[in-house]
Amino acid sequence: MADVQLVNVDKIYPGVKALAVNKVNLSIQDGEFLVLLGPSGCGKTTTLRMIAGLEDISGGDILIGGRRVNDLEPGDRDIAFVFQFYALYPHLSVRDNITFPLRAQNVARAEVEQRLAQVAKLLQIEHILDRRPGRLPSGEQQRVALGRAMIRRPQVFLMDEPLTNLDASLRADMRGELKHLQYELGTTMVYVTHDQVEAMTMSHRIAVMNQGVLQQVAAPLEIYNAPQTLFVASFIGTPPMSLIPCRVADGCLFGLNSDFRLTLHGSLVQALNQYKGDIIFGVRAEDVTLDENPAQGDIQGVVLVRELLGDEIIYLVDVGGSTIRTRTSPRVQVAEGQTIGLRLNYQRLHLFDRDTEQRIESKG
Amino acid sequence: MNRKQPVWQRVLFWVVLGIVMIFFTFPMYWILSSSFKTRADVTSRVPLLIPYANFQPTMNNYLEILTDEPIESAAGAQSSGSRGEFRNRLINSIIITTLSTVLAVGLGTLAAYAISRFRIPGESDLMFFILSTRMLPPIVVLIPIFLFFSNLGLKDSFLGLTILYTTANLPFVVWMMKGFFYEIPVEYEEAAMLDGYSRLQAIYKIVLPECIPAMAATGVFSAITAWNEFVLSNLLNRDNASTVPPYLNSIVGVGAVEWGRLAAATVIFVIPIIIFTYLVRNHLLRGVTFGAVRR
Repeated sequence: MADVQLVNVDKIYPGVKALAVNKVNLSIQDGEFLVLLGPSGCGKTTTLRMIAGLEDISGGDILIGGRRVNDLEPGDRDIAFVFQFYALYPHLSVRDNITFPLRAQNVARAEVEQRLAQVAKLLQIEHILDRRPGRLPSGEQQRVALGRAMIRRPQVFLMDEPLTNLDASLRADMRGELKHLQYELGTTMVYVTHDQVEAMTMSHRIAVMNQGVLQQVAAPLEIYNAPQTLFVASFIGTPPMSLIPCRVADGCLFGLNSDFRLTLHGSLVQALNQYKGDIIFGVRAEDVTLDENPAQGDIQGVVLVRELLGDEIIYLVDVGGSTIRTRTSPRVQVAEGQTIGLRLNYQRLHLFDRDTEQRIESKG
Repeated sequence: MNRKQPVWQRVLFWVVLGIVMIFFTFPMYWILSSSFKTRADVTSRVPLLIPYANFQPTMNNYLEILTDEPIESAAGAQSSGSRGEFRNRLINSIIITTLSTVLAVGLGTLAAYAISRFRIPGESDLMFFILSTRMLPPIVVLIPIFLFFSNLGLKDSFLGLTILYTTANLPFVVWMMKGFFYEIPVEYEEAAMLDGYSRLQAIYKIVLPECIPAMAATGVFSAITAWNEFVLSNLLNRDNASTVPPYLNSIVGVGAVEWGRLAAATVIFVIPIIIFTYLVRNHLLRGVTFGAVRR
């Protein structure tokens, strides 16, 4: 087991102007489960592959267990990698697939058998050891890929969207199993995904990336409750946070492209009074309460769309040309086109600088 | 076939299929049957198709071309080349085809791997250049090659034709194998390298077993090209290390044609390729359909 440090790590692909990974600084603790989260092409897989040594780094340093590994071959870094498509060797049996890494290390046959038995028992794949991986269901292929990674007892596990190819229910099961497995083994794990549910449910900390830049590294709840950038705010959360560009004047927010208007209260007024320039106002659906009586709301609006999800309803409400989402219990039934009132939880509003896209902290 | 089709459609389907099959296999049957006929039978005005009923089969044609002894005196028929020469030429053909196929598939596979896995400056130009060598008819370079080979002492040698056939087949192998390598996920090698193997070990242990079907398919096509080649062999290897195709032409020779001997030589000539294709048949189907279905 070991910690992983990324110091000012850059990646430039030949012929491409923009940096694929831009000055990433990241410190992953020994035994930590860290998820690299971001949309496609944000640089998260490139970062993982650089840690693995499958991509050269263009600048900076990578340290595993305090050892600088920039120039080490992938096989010398004492890491295990689980690929999105598992990369199980089709011409080898499950047994040979799992023990393949040990053969490279010339581990004694008795020990190979002992470790194989351990891994197979832990992953419950003892019954498929003599089969070829090609015909196995994807859930079992996934386990075999995990087995091949585990049998080496590496210092760090690197996983590149390993649950993407599973169907929804199996994915939910495997999320739990992976988390439990990491807890049991206590091995440092760096896990890449674009699925925020995986990130929120499994990780100790999430590192959100966009366009090669690390946006925020924090525990899942902190990421959700206090997104530090506009990108994190818009990327995390289902349904997504409602975001409205506004101008601040006289303790009020005025929509830039709409007739949206909101009178601020408490610490927000102080925070914004010292603030010059336009802002982005954000609120999550659960922090907005719908009231059928328009007069009871902080703002009035007209219901545009009603999404019935069974255990809850998401309403998309037009507020003077901008839209705000609200989440209600299924008992609150409002028709589309009806005028309603919206009450906001002022303790949980989010404000971002429109130019820098950074969070504006409201103290107190 | 769709089970709900009416009976007449199904009957028509099989009838048409039967006609097409007969159309394509009849020439082969004609050659095969002719190889067992005497000179009189083979030149009969009425086609004699069924052995024992229409004609009495004989092995004489085969014995004649495989041994030095003339079994049936072919009065009036004069063919160039001494009898029994066929056997030597067959061995030469096997040696040259085997060597050139192994070399072309081996070198082409390595080249294709490099092209498919590494960033190579001017890759598309390089690939077009490789392909363009296929666009040139061999006859165009015949005279320079003849002069080259005469001066280098490669005329009438195994090495000369082997080099030529390898060169001729390389572009085909590189292009075919490049396509196959693109189909083999690079993650296989990466996984092996992460497991502590070198790139060469990863190729040997993981990539090569995966592309055996592709190599088999490419090998069959390369072998057939080398096996059938006539022009270069006829010009360059007249006295030594000569191959079969020019010999078949020589049987046609001057004066009356010994059709029986020609048919027997053709049948024997085809057999090694059939055996090779049969041996790799399991790989062949996967090889030629590789990459046809998108993952």
